[in-house]
Amino acid sequence: MATRIDRRMAKLKTEGRPALVTYFMGGDPDYDTSLSIMKALPAAGADIIELGMPFSDPMADGPAIQAAGLRALKGGQTLVKTLKMASEFRVGDNETPIVLMGYYNPIYIYGVDRFLKDAIASGIDGLIVVDLPPEMDEELCIPALKAGINFIRLATPTTDDKRLPKVLQNTSGFVYYVSMTGITGSALADTGKVAAAVKRIKGHTDLPVCVGFGVKTAEQARVIGANADGVVVGTAIVNAVANVLGPKGEKTADPAEAVATLVSGLAQGVRSARLAAAE
Amino acid sequence: MDKPATPNSFRTGPDEQGMFGIFGGRFVAETLMPLILDLERNWNEVKNDPDFKAELTDLSTHYAGRPSKLYFAEGLTRHLREVSSAKGLGGGAKVYFKREDLNHTGSHKINNCLGQILLAKRMGKKRIIAETGAGQHGVASATVAARFGFPCVVYMGATDVARQSPNVFRMKLLGAEVRPVTAGHGTLKDAMNEALRDWVTNVEDTYYLIGTAAGPHPYPELVRDFQSVIGSEARAQILEQEGRLPDTIIACVGGGSNAIGMFHPFLDDKEVRIIGIEAGGRGLDGIEHCASMNAGRPGVLHGNRTYLLQNSDGQIMDGHSISAGLDYPGVGPEHSWLRDSGRVEYVPILDDEALEAFKLTTRVEGIIPALESAHAIAHAVKIVPAMDKDQIVIVNLSGRGDKDVHTVASMLGMEI
Repeated sequence: MATRIDRRMAKLKTEGRPALVTYFMGGDPDYDTSLSIMKALPAAGADIIELGMPFSDPMADGPAIQAAGLRALKGGQTLVKTLKMASEFRVGDNETPIVLMGYYNPIYIYGVDRFLKDAIASGIDGLIVVDLPPEMDEELCIPALKAGINFIRLATPTTDDKRLPKVLQNTSGFVYYVSMTGITGSALADTGKVAAAVKRIKGHTDLPVCVGFGVKTAEQARVIGANADGVVVGTAIVNAVANVLGPKGEKTADPAEAVATLVSGLAQGVRSARLAAAE
Repeated sequence: MDKPATPNSFRTGPDEQGMFGIFGGRFVAETLMPLILDLERNWNEVKNDPDFKAELTDLSTHYAGRPSKLYFAEGLTRHLREVSSAKGLGGGAKVYFKREDLNHTGSHKINNCLGQILLAKRMGKKRIIAETGAGQHGVASATVAARFGFPCVVYMGATDVARQSPNVFRMKLLGAEVRPVTAGHGTLKDAMNEALRDWVTNVEDTYYLIGTAAGPHPYPELVRDFQSVIGSEARAQILEQEGRLPDTIIACVGGGSNAIGMFHPFLDDKEVRIIGIEAGGRGLDGIEHCASMNAGRPGVLHGNRTYLLQNSDGQIMDGHSISAGLDYPGVGPEHSWLRDSGRVEYVPILDDEALEAFKLTTRVEGIIPALESAHAIAHAVKIVPAMDKDQIVIVNLSGRGDKDVHTVASMLGMEI
């Protein structure tokens, strides 16, 4: 069964360009603003949306996404509201794939079966759950696949050739290659090494490979996109929101517009990626 | 929750997946997975290696001062017999203290740190990181890092740095770098998050020296085994001193490393009642406590599934305890399993009760216990008067209380 992710990736392949995958934090700084950001993403050039589920203890995230999660929780965001946000978005857009990204505990407390049922009803296409490695596949990955939701796994520089098949075994939708060891928002890794790593992963799978961690500018998106099926941008988007918030969290400009401006630039970057690579 | 079937032995866990029943596991980011598997391989190699054991025993004896004594707390026993008589019960069990407070660095933490530093050395690691709450584990980590010549970074919540300045200074003297963590609320859970972020960044050369029997497999097993020296010694010592096993053993539980070390060797002695003491703080009705097994529910944090203090959305709450060492919203996964299986009882003790036990022990025994250990003593104070005179209770005195004198003084409204 092809999901929206599969269809979108296939379409971009015929267009000959990489996908722009955009992460934002659900509920940051509040529900309504966050929904307006989500709605602005496709028109600005986002091909796939990663909707962040805030968690009190985001162990793999840097300061920017930690702060975004705390803002969202302070603003009253819950997993119930994050799912509601997705279904409100779906009213006006039934094509753009939505991937929920976060940590396992809120899902575990919500209840895995109930979560999968509600996620499908809300138009969710895929899941990225940072703290569920393949060793824990029985928890959520297998049930999600059975329910028809893609389970997108992270591959990292520490995932060697021996381990890669295990990581890829139950992965679907796309593979998310984390360009470096470390937390989100760090400096971009050596692009030559990233290209080699993508090639290595592609030797093990037919799935699209998207690259994230450290991509902040249109130029970086172009360079990374030249050798990958997609480019993931997260911290830069979260920062675009933070930058228009005053010291007390008041909005000094429209966050949705700030994000749209950034994403438009990134979209130009990925659209010129293959052109540049062909030169 | 349904009770799991009673196993033939309570000492066989964890299974190959690192699970104790539904608890434990390896809930970590993919970046860390290869490191954890590598740690597990090395741990499996050394745990039955006689050379490793010999080196650890030698250090435990000559550097840390083991075995720690099993001490008949005659003053406290006499006091509790008077309490018993006054109630017209005429009983009062004999109370023994397992004196982990006499170890080098002043607590049980050194047992685990010596074991893990030898493991780090074997694995060829170049750098040690650790998290700490009150600073006891930070000091023990900085100590073994100094002894073995490793650079050491200790993550400590900014709130804890402010209220535990003597331990911060000790760590610095020992050559460690103390990094205050302002993320979150600046306590132990945030320090652990930050240590994990460091580890996920510095994967090649860094060894993460976790301070309690929690975290992803194999840490809960490995820390338990290094701490089980407490219970193994106590079991042999009571057999030698009294000719029989105790009726009850008691230990305090934060993450639960001193308790699991005390309990594990006794788990299959069915006649021994085992009680773990959680921090009841200002009472379980509100949110100012750290009684995750009495007032929390199972969830996933810091690499394992275990009882956690959390809200209905699965967000982790900050706990409260008078004792910084018990101030953690989770607990080691094996305790969660022992709770559900019914083998161990877990009960809360309030801040005030711990403080009273702290004062009492100081006055009748001339021993200043750590506030953590005072929680365990406080429960003995509650149950011993109703026990018979020929019964025996062992309390694990996990650490000394010198570090707590400032806290106690401010609780008592005194300035020092």
